[in-house]
Amino acid sequence: MSISDQDQRKDYMGVLARARPDRLAALLPDLPDHTWLRAPEIGTTMVRGRVGASGAPFNLGEMTVTRCTLQLADGAVGHAYVQGRDKGHATRAALIDALIQSGQQPEVTTPLLTTLRTEETERRRIRDAKAAATKVEFFTMVRGED
Amino acid sequence: MYVATKGGERAIDAAHQWLAEERRGDPAIPELSVDQIREQMTLAVNRVMAEGSLYDPDLAGLAIKQARGDLIEAVFLLRAYRTTLPRFGASEPVDTGEMRITRRISATFKDAPGGQILGPTFDYTHRLLDFKLMAEGETPTAQQKPSDPVDAPHILSLLDRDGLMEPLEQTDATPADLTREPMSMPADRPLRLQALARGDEGFVLSMAYSTQRGYGRTHAFVGELRIGTCDVEMFVPELGFAIEIGEIELTECETVNQFTGSKTQPPQFTRGYGLVMGQSERKAISVSLVDRALRWDELGEDNVGAPAQDTEFVLYHCDNIQATGFLEHIKLPHYVDFQSELELIRKIRRAAETPMQEAAE
Repeated sequence: MSISDQDQRKDYMGVLARARPDRLAALLPDLPDHTWLRAPEIGTTMVRGRVGASGAPFNLGEMTVTRCTLQLADGAVGHAYVQGRDKGHATRAALIDALIQSGQQPEVTTPLLTTLRTEETERRRIRDAKAAATKVEFFTMVRGED
Repeated sequence: MYVATKGGERAIDAAHQWLAEERRGDPAIPELSVDQIREQMTLAVNRVMAEGSLYDPDLAGLAIKQARGDLIEAVFLLRAYRTTLPRFGASEPVDTGEMRITRRISATFKDAPGGQILGPTFDYTHRLLDFKLMAEGETPTAQQKPSDPVDAPHILSLLDRDGLMEPLEQTDATPADLTREPMSMPADRPLRLQALARGDEGFVLSMAYSTQRGYGRTHAFVGELRIGTCDVEMFVPELGFAIEIGEIELTECETVNQFTGSKTQPPQFTRGYGLVMGQSERKAISVSLVDRALRWDELGEDNVGAPAQDTEFVLYHCDNIQATGFLEHIKLPHYVDFQSELELIRKIRRAAETPMQEAAE
């Protein structure tokens, strides 16, 4: 896999992991035939931080994660690691990964990812705008002669 | 004498049924959903996630509902659930410099690059009860100001650039994990920060407060407090590279404290650090003060015997599940233990009474 393929895969897997499970279910109601190489499994990831933001790593606490690996009829394999405990979320993320890896159904996967990206960007834009509205504008008052 | 006792099943069943009824409360009042708790009791959910050491807002909401709002009981439920799950791995350390900011303030620099972003804060409210909230149906909306994402460098990195901050140890060493290996002393700073991040907010707050009142004074300034979301990346062996597996909300506090230095080294500010899951700034500030107080040894300061300087005392008592487990177990049957105490006190009294009687006669 070339670096750019890897970057692309990394990018859309992140989008799929952050998607809301119900939204993904609405965008991909029909699941292509697949067999499990690893059925959806709920577990955790230990989240690490760094001392002083940039020093030694430390263990902050865990988060729930669901993972699975599946195979399409043509042999294409898809993986998913997604936040939370929704097995349908992990299944759909792995299916989309498999479809993209085998170049199948771009008419499904491309608009789906575009929609998720657009919605995520919009959610973030609104949050940024709310934060910006609470930014303090200081007024300096001058006292005395100098 | 040893007497085995059985029984109580019927009483226990009845107690649990009553608990379920009390949990539901008056059936004429609509039932609270986990979604409602997650969305409207967010800070309680955040606290349960932080102290339960498991980021999952739905589960924390469920735990709060099940625990009838007893947050320590809810933390207990979350911790117990966590032990049933396999661990897939550890994330790359989160990059809080890339945080998507909802709140970011500095008490040390008014004109910090990126600005002072107040976010959804209780600060500057008058702490008067708002009776409007007793009427239902309001859907308030926040103001918006079109803007690019806040580009806010860590404020301490600016002092760092001028050589005014003590340097941080640069390492990628795998940190100790108290959920895998029992905590042992001396605990290094990564282990201390893990324990404090999941420590009881009230306990850590009181320890931090004690340093401000003079028990191990460290004179902290909040260099920066930031709240926002960070991506979590994890290396996935089957892929051979790291992917983002989700995003979590974090609160981070960095304090600037008085100096370290020597004959050969010019004085520098010292650091306290706190990172907590969810929106929890009281806790993050508290952790950073206690973190700084616990560093007395490595910074060559005196141990003045303050509780917040005592690593063992702080770390072994900050966990509210360990604490409540040991505390509450004493209400469970100790009939046999107490029987021996009874026999002992009777024996002592008999021994004491005999010479008294003899003296009286």
